[in-house]
Amino acid sequence: MTDVVTEQPLTGAPGRRVRRVRRAPRGRKLILAGLAYLIAIIFLLPYAEMVITALRPNAELLDRDYVPRHWTFSNFTSIWASGFGTNLKISLEVAGGATALVLLVALPAAYYTARRHFPGRGVFLLLVLVTQMLQPAAMLVGIQREFLNFDLPSAVLSLILVNAGFNLAFAVWILNAYFSSVPVELEEAAMVDGAGRLGALGRITLPLAMPGIVTALIFTFIAAWNEFIVALTLATSPDEFPLTVAINNYVGQYSVDWGHLFAGSVIATIPVIILFAFIEGKVVGGLTAGSIK
Amino acid sequence: MVDTASASDVTRESGRVGQRRRPFRQRLGRAATPLLWIGPAIALIAVVVLWPVVVMFRTSVQHFSPNGFLLGPAGSKNFKNLFDEPDLPGILERTAVWVVVVVCVTMVLSLGLAQLFNQVFPGRRVTRWALIAPWAASVLMTTLIFRWALDPNSGVINLFLKDIGVLKSFGSNQADWLGRPQAAFVWMMVVAIFVSLPFTTYALLAGLQTIPTELYEAARVDGASTWRTYRSITLPLLRPAFLVAALINVINVFNSFPIIWAMTRGGPGHETATTTVFMFQLKEAYIGESAAMSVINFGLVILVVLVFLWATRWREQVT
Repeated sequence: MTDVVTEQPLTGAPGRRVRRVRRAPRGRKLILAGLAYLIAIIFLLPYAEMVITALRPNAELLDRDYVPRHWTFSNFTSIWASGFGTNLKISLEVAGGATALVLLVALPAAYYTARRHFPGRGVFLLLVLVTQMLQPAAMLVGIQREFLNFDLPSAVLSLILVNAGFNLAFAVWILNAYFSSVPVELEEAAMVDGAGRLGALGRITLPLAMPGIVTALIFTFIAAWNEFIVALTLATSPDEFPLTVAINNYVGQYSVDWGHLFAGSVIATIPVIILFAFIEGKVVGGLTAGSIK
Repeated sequence: MVDTASASDVTRESGRVGQRRRPFRQRLGRAATPLLWIGPAIALIAVVVLWPVVVMFRTSVQHFSPNGFLLGPAGSKNFKNLFDEPDLPGILERTAVWVVVVVCVTMVLSLGLAQLFNQVFPGRRVTRWALIAPWAASVLMTTLIFRWALDPNSGVINLFLKDIGVLKSFGSNQADWLGRPQAAFVWMMVVAIFVSLPFTTYALLAGLQTIPTELYEAARVDGASTWRTYRSITLPLLRPAFLVAALINVINVFNSFPIIWAMTRGGPGHETATTTVFMFQLKEAYIGESAAMSVINFGLVILVVLVFLWATRWREQVT
């Protein structure tokens, strides 16, 4: 059982499988490590600047220094007066709803395509793969006019549907790979022991595929959370704006409310970056439909 | 004897009959079982992905008033208007530069990054985590950080450029990067490369893991140099991963909207717009023409998708 868990098909989790290509001499190793640390810092610098600006007092906003002389949390407390709480709630609803819908739809599809070779399976997987390569930006006018006709009671529902549709493929690939890696014999053994098909699924297969489910869950949530162009198009009233649209709106015609913009950005991005670190090694497999493992 | 024979005949017969002609309901049930499992997924894809394509094509041959009322069929007028746009040639050229430069620079840089982060050194895991920040964060928000950092009077990028002597003075024309379309476009490409690097680097890292260690040992025994080993073993074997990563990057960069939108809204005029941004600008008042632009964008995307299907050998994977 434990063997099955560790033999994840898509991980490529490079950190764990250390491969010594060549033992580098000490000096060279130090230089390499130094270079890697430097690059890591460069990648984090913009986000450090985001946090610094959010904590900068308004009076020092235009000062020419890298770090302010005083620090303040006032941007984080006053941002809620501008309706930021509503935006946060909308983002949670859209991302949460899309994630739930994706799991609901992708789990059975991924399980069935992993276990059965039925006529039309290839066509279905091709459809999923093509979906993955299409992005809402390429067909935005169609999405806008279609949902205009649907006339759903709230843009939140439209955004849940669109985000779920465009992130379904990732979930199907990653779940399909995990389900395929669970031996059918395990399920059969459970059924012999008296568990039904659903019992075997619930007690054996789903727990073993849990890393895949968590990856699909986090990835979909983040993708929907960060989505911008569809939200900008479909959400028309301020009480329907998710965080991305709300933060874009801090950019005015003549001035930008940078303090609140970055306080909002910190709240919107830092949790998501931390969440992503949990699935970091498994994402490539899902995005490339398993063609790079 | 006779009895059993006939009995088995009967069962065999009935079995064959059953195969040829099952009761309708049972046949329906058989065909419907897969639909029960994959049906919801197909329905979601149909409603959210496929139908908008149909609507988009239909909209591109319809005539709309600026506020979105359907006035009737337009024939090819939307396409004609689009091709008559004086800015279109520049936009197409810019889109080509955008995709080619961003993808090429990204892929070359990530070859180096993947090689570096594949080495063994203390703290490697932590450095890799740092790499994912632009991947996980919203591209819109990342771009806004750059916009702020490029502020002509106090942005930290200008601060740094002043410190190292590149920038002469604050508030000058030189410091106003986003005020000059060409300079703005270069900075947009920098941001696009920055947010593209994590995925391509991770894809190449995964590709490096698939190269058998024995090959490197053999090369060492043969006394091959590092560069020679890289050229003759690493690069050829990395090709599939490289190709897939590059193609996905092409799609992402071509469809990219938030970077240009957050920096300049595609302006002044359409001077920093790619076809994706131009489509969005047109959508405000010229829905039919915007749909025509979408149709062309979509056609280009489909071309890349076809190459992707070929490159991933999806058929072998499926079976």
